[in-house]
Amino acid sequence: MFHFSNLVRSKGDPKIISTGPSSLTSADRLARGLGWFSIALGTLELLAPHRVTHALGMHGREGLVRAYGVRELLAGVMTLSVEKKAGLWGRVAGDGLDMVTLLGEVRPSNPRAGTVLAALVMVGGVTMLDYIAAKDVAAQHDPRRGRKRLYSDRSGFPKGLTAARSAALPRPTNSPATT
Amino acid sequence: MKALVWHGKEDIRCDTVSDPEIEHARDAIIKVTSCAICGSDLHLFHNYIPAMMPGDIMGHETMGEVVEVGSGVDGKLKKGDRIVVPFTIICGECEQCRRGNFSVCETTNRNKHLAEKVFGHTTAGLFGYTHLTGGYPGGQAEYLRVPYADATHIKVPDGMSDEQALFLSDIFPTGWQGAAQCDIEPDDTVAVWGCGPVGQMAIRSAILLGAKQVVAIDRIPERLAMAEAGGAITINFDKESVVERLNELTDNKGPEKCIDCVGFESHISMAQPDSVLDRAKQMFMLENDRPHALREIIYVCRPGGIVSIPGVYSGFSDMVPMGALMNKGLTIRTGQTHVNRWTDELKRRIEEGQIDPSFVITHTVPLAQGPEMYRTFRDKQDSCVKVVLKP
Repeated sequence: MFHFSNLVRSKGDPKIISTGPSSLTSADRLARGLGWFSIALGTLELLAPHRVTHALGMHGREGLVRAYGVRELLAGVMTLSVEKKAGLWGRVAGDGLDMVTLLGEVRPSNPRAGTVLAALVMVGGVTMLDYIAAKDVAAQHDPRRGRKRLYSDRSGFPKGLTAARSAALPRPTNSPATT
Repeated sequence: MKALVWHGKEDIRCDTVSDPEIEHARDAIIKVTSCAICGSDLHLFHNYIPAMMPGDIMGHETMGEVVEVGSGVDGKLKKGDRIVVPFTIICGECEQCRRGNFSVCETTNRNKHLAEKVFGHTTAGLFGYTHLTGGYPGGQAEYLRVPYADATHIKVPDGMSDEQALFLSDIFPTGWQGAAQCDIEPDDTVAVWGCGPVGQMAIRSAILLGAKQVVAIDRIPERLAMAEAGGAITINFDKESVVERLNELTDNKGPEKCIDCVGFESHISMAQPDSVLDRAKQMFMLENDRPHALREIIYVCRPGGIVSIPGVYSGFSDMVPMGALMNKGLTIRTGQTHVNRWTDELKRRIEEGQIDPSFVITHTVPLAQGPEMYRTFRDKQDSCVKVVLKP
């Protein structure tokens, strides 16, 4: 990507020769992948619900699939944002809802019951990834990490606070009486 | 050379890049000895400021030693000089520079056409701060090219350490300008929202400018403790009502002067529903800014008072209470910092020992640790308030 952006740089601007370690953690990268997965699945559910209901033998429930698509898109946008922790926990909750819905479709009268079972296994796997990512993101970005220090001795005024306050007072002028 | 490079949202890397070269006669190149991560770097880290591009070098708080000068620098700098680099690039010659309005220099933004589209008129070029302000490579690097170097520099007096001088580049004059443009009088209560590095400088500036009392508002214990050490009365907004406490401290009249050192990334809290709504709208690109602190300031400020905004705002803010602002007759003063307007006075105050800005440094690490320090600073881990990087 940076090769394209070099087009707008001037001749003397530094340009990347090789890249080094990133500020993104492994959990951040997993969250990003899950966010894009959420966007893709949500788009499919919203725009082509018939494909989903047909594959799972859920005819007539296209409205529900569309609603789930909206939910996926919201969770995806949030997971790709700075608030990824909330997005990931939202995805975990959504996975639960998906599993409950799929379990209701595992019935002898459903000719696609096998596909539903496969979908359940897949959702289970994704749920594990969501849960791991949510926990790791929360842990890695926890503000309680590291040493806790107060800075009660850091006034910034080498001569003390009283002297700092008096710095604002008008300076006495030298009059003949005082010199 | 090594440099901290923006690759995308939350993705800063310590890359190997080519060395900068002199392009114009007024350029100079410095070997960076110290640089810092600024709170506004986090806006770029979060990709909230438009027009960042992968490959942009971060950083606008930088100092170092001159190693090369262009032919047009006119003897104002020479090899070996120690300089601090103001974050605003200035020509020193245009009408705005002559008026002391350095952050709106008419000359130095090399992407004026973009700035004019977005802001109506151009602003100064800034180091490491989006292509809207010139797309100049920043100073979180081993070397930095300083454009218009004959004007864009602050010479470091003999005997002043890097740590004392570095913040003349941004946060010290930014906090100072935030307080100075309040026209502080001896009876004034000055309330400062946000106790990050700029807030800490604003608190101390208000003390040095003679405020009767300074009140600092935040929620992070170590930042509140540092504010208290600097002479402020503190309010933890997680534990008490800011409006009630400020009214209590001012005989129910509200503070005369209010300084917004928070900017457009206000903390999100369920106790402040407007902040949650802002975040949701920001996520779906329906609003750029989260101006909770500004709303609170306008609400609580004493009628006839002054609201000073050194905190960064990026674009469009919703639900700013214009009715209260107008009917209370408040004056708003804002702007990126006219760094060089304040340099002589602030250097003098440091030299006289009135203030030592190094108090705010909590972490000093090698440049290579920059990427992880962006995370530490953003997540407020390890009691981090200010990070200095040593290339």
